[in-house]
Amino acid sequence: MTEHLFEGADWDFHTLQRITDACEEVALKDLGLDVYPNQIEVITAEQMLDAYSSVGMPLFYKHWSFGKHFAFHEASYRKGLMGLAYEIVINSSPCISYLMEENTATMQTLVIAHAAFGHNHFFKNNYLFKQWTDADGILDYLDFAKNYVMQCEERYGRIEVERTLDAAHALMSHGIDRYPGKKKLDLRAEEKRAGRRRQHEEEVFNDLWRTVPKGAAKSRSTLSIERRRKLLGLPQENLLYFLEKSAPRLAPWQRELLRIVRHIAQYFYPQSQTKVMNEGTATYVHYRIMTKLHEQGRITDGNFLEFLGSHTNVVFQPEFDDPRFSGFNPYALGFAVMQDIERIVTNPEDEDREWFPDIAGTNDVMGVLRDVWANYRDESFIGQFLSPKLMRHFRMFHLHDDPEERAGIRVDAIHDERGFRRVRRELARQHDVGYIDANIEVVDVDLSGDRRLILHHHVIKGAQLNETDAKRVLQHLADLWTYDVALIEVDANDKVLREYVVSPRPIPAAVA
Amino acid sequence: MPIHIIDRRLNPGGKSLENRQRFLRRAKSLVQGAVKKTSQERDIKDVLEGGEVTIPLDGMHEPRFRREGGTRDMVLPGNKKFIEGDYLQRSGQGSAKSSGPGEGDSEDAFRFVLSRDEFVDLFLDDLELPDLAKRKIAQTESEGIQRAGYTTSGSPANISVSRTVKLALARRIALKRPRKEEIEELEAAIAACEDEDERTELVAQLERLKAKSRRIPFIDPLDIRYRRFETVPRPVAQAVMFCLMDVSGSMSEHMKDLAKRFYMLLYVFLKRRYKHVEIVFIRHTDRAEEVDEQTFFYGPASGGTLVSSALQAMHEIVRERFNPSDWNIYAAQASDGDNSYSDGELTGMLLTDKILPVCQFFAYLEVGESGGSAFDLSDSSLWSLYERLRNSGAPLSMRKVSERSEIFPVFHDLFQRRETAQEKAAP
Repeated sequence: MTEHLFEGADWDFHTLQRITDACEEVALKDLGLDVYPNQIEVITAEQMLDAYSSVGMPLFYKHWSFGKHFAFHEASYRKGLMGLAYEIVINSSPCISYLMEENTATMQTLVIAHAAFGHNHFFKNNYLFKQWTDADGILDYLDFAKNYVMQCEERYGRIEVERTLDAAHALMSHGIDRYPGKKKLDLRAEEKRAGRRRQHEEEVFNDLWRTVPKGAAKSRSTLSIERRRKLLGLPQENLLYFLEKSAPRLAPWQRELLRIVRHIAQYFYPQSQTKVMNEGTATYVHYRIMTKLHEQGRITDGNFLEFLGSHTNVVFQPEFDDPRFSGFNPYALGFAVMQDIERIVTNPEDEDREWFPDIAGTNDVMGVLRDVWANYRDESFIGQFLSPKLMRHFRMFHLHDDPEERAGIRVDAIHDERGFRRVRRELARQHDVGYIDANIEVVDVDLSGDRRLILHHHVIKGAQLNETDAKRVLQHLADLWTYDVALIEVDANDKVLREYVVSPRPIPAAVA
Repeated sequence: MPIHIIDRRLNPGGKSLENRQRFLRRAKSLVQGAVKKTSQERDIKDVLEGGEVTIPLDGMHEPRFRREGGTRDMVLPGNKKFIEGDYLQRSGQGSAKSSGPGEGDSEDAFRFVLSRDEFVDLFLDDLELPDLAKRKIAQTESEGIQRAGYTTSGSPANISVSRTVKLALARRIALKRPRKEEIEELEAAIAACEDEDERTELVAQLERLKAKSRRIPFIDPLDIRYRRFETVPRPVAQAVMFCLMDVSGSMSEHMKDLAKRFYMLLYVFLKRRYKHVEIVFIRHTDRAEEVDEQTFFYGPASGGTLVSSALQAMHEIVRERFNPSDWNIYAAQASDGDNSYSDGELTGMLLTDKILPVCQFFAYLEVGESGGSAFDLSDSSLWSLYERLRNSGAPLSMRKVSERSEIFPVFHDLFQRRETAQEKAAP
């Protein structure tokens, strides 16, 4: 009989060390996880509130909006409307997990397993995080950003800096590169490629091509438009990037501020795409670790029951007609799918063999899961691994709400043979940021005329922009661009639905 | 793999304080409006308790591109009876529509908690005491201590080590006290020296150096410096506030309540600016008496009305207890405006000759019944008297109030930052 890691609810720092070591043993040996070095920090409720207001980061530049969030969270926390998270974990290397001091020993074990191993593994291995975030550099970068903003405030005034940051924040959701850019080739590679091209041309040379008639020559004006758009890198959906590089009258420090906001938005971009997977992974990992520790006799039955109590709360999914319902619970969905994968891999039914021929019955649970964790995001994860059994379990159904439809909201598909694929596709789409965020891009600048910036919003399914908000954001955009900005909402057939034109506000003379 | 476990609980708190202040600064006008609104609804005694305020989110909105409307598709859990092709009725807030609303919709008003200090600051911001010129440095309890350089004598607890060492170093260098290295060097040279004569020479030199270093101490009592403190008088401005109120039968509970609110505000305000604020309550019917607060507001009294009696009482109290050169004197008078006709002349004389010259500020608040707009009625006898005085240049502030909610605006009006408080006023 192994010794218990702790007794009762109390813990001290030696207990935390023992707990972490025990979790690490299970995580690395049994589950084969690959994690960043861990750093575990114990904090108070007030510090947790602090962390909330600066999007969880340990250091951040100063801005009033964080104060607003702090005041808001504090008010609802004091009134008991809101509980605080048990932990916050930061995608950095070392991976920092904040634990609340009032957690019991069981909760600390749960949280360490969840954050320091579950989230940590996901951060280190998922392709989106690898592609878009720099775990080693983020804390240094935030430190740089904080100091830079502070210096700007000293030099150019708080109000000016605030104005720029406000504008940048408004555009933050459109300051993201959604596709990795082309890698710039170095000269040697460039030369090689040119050589290969020449060689290919020589090999396939045929004089007959010369005689094939060409299409009508492009007119000069089309050519110049094309040239202009190419020079400006248009169309461009990363509005902050575009402004940083091309806005005519921004000061260098303003461009740097836009860049900072853009980098931070980019850093959080993978998190918004992997909520279900990230939480699912962490929940699955803490469940496995806790169960293992209990099997080894290192957690008492009483403490294990306490764990099961909070675990069930975390993965509770209310039904749609429940007053507590507010969409799918990412913890519940992610955890359920991952457990289901475990079942399919070890103990498949005929249906599973038909739906998941690649993984059914392979018996390598962790191998499959590690592959899933590394190579999917929410949308592809659900689209690929949500099984009919799980759809039946959740009793999922798809509603189609067309305002034009008089009869009401149509039930489009339910959890039956005819509906499985449609329900799954639709749920996957709900988790696709490409669908969630408005598709807005810069399409042109009237360089020869009044330098008006022209943006298009490609309207999907008739969902147009909220007018008041759109005007305010465009105002910020115009202030940065310093000339007129037009936003045109077009539907799939290029029909113009609505047009906004906003002029920049004059900069107060005292500051200019 | 090494795991670091760090206790951050002892780190200094208030990391968000700076951001919070920025937020308050930015939302200042909104918060100020909210503070005033809150304070109108509250009892005056709680008015400065701080607490929750609600501001419209609008002004502090952080806009984002948001989409709305259009056709919506959603996948929900918990189907019990639907089959494909069913139609659900749209009811305003039908159960099927309860899927997650956009985050922005849920908070149209923004509530948060202000601390007591923040609340009072906002509450009294942009108010200014009229005529602060007459500040008297009172003799009592006005000693403060502050650093005042260094001294050569003092208590050992106050030794300034850094200064002492600095001086010792300067002295040793000035007197060319041999350093330890020099002596060691010489000793090494002696050990290495072959020649007997040279050796004797070196030994003598060493002896000289050693003697010198004994003669010149490392730290001399001469070097020791003590931190010096001196006591400085701190100006303590003190103020006395006279509350004069007519308690004759014509004053209703409502009117007294209005007056009370005004006095409370004035008290809070003075309390912010002066360390010491004394309050003197004088109530009057056809004769005046100094009473305690309880009696002032709630004690029953009835009779005719002679305003001059109250002014006379105030004058006497000032003469006896509050020397105008030591005290800042504020007075606020509340009345429904009644005064016996014959008293007018005496009142005017007392005010111009005795009271106003010693007062920093004299406010007259005419309270009316709720609902009755005081401004429509013809001016009361007291009002017309005071107005006459003011027009002839007497430094008087006067306002009419009939609703509880008007108190703060009136107060605010009276104490607004301005060149001088005694300018023309009133509607």
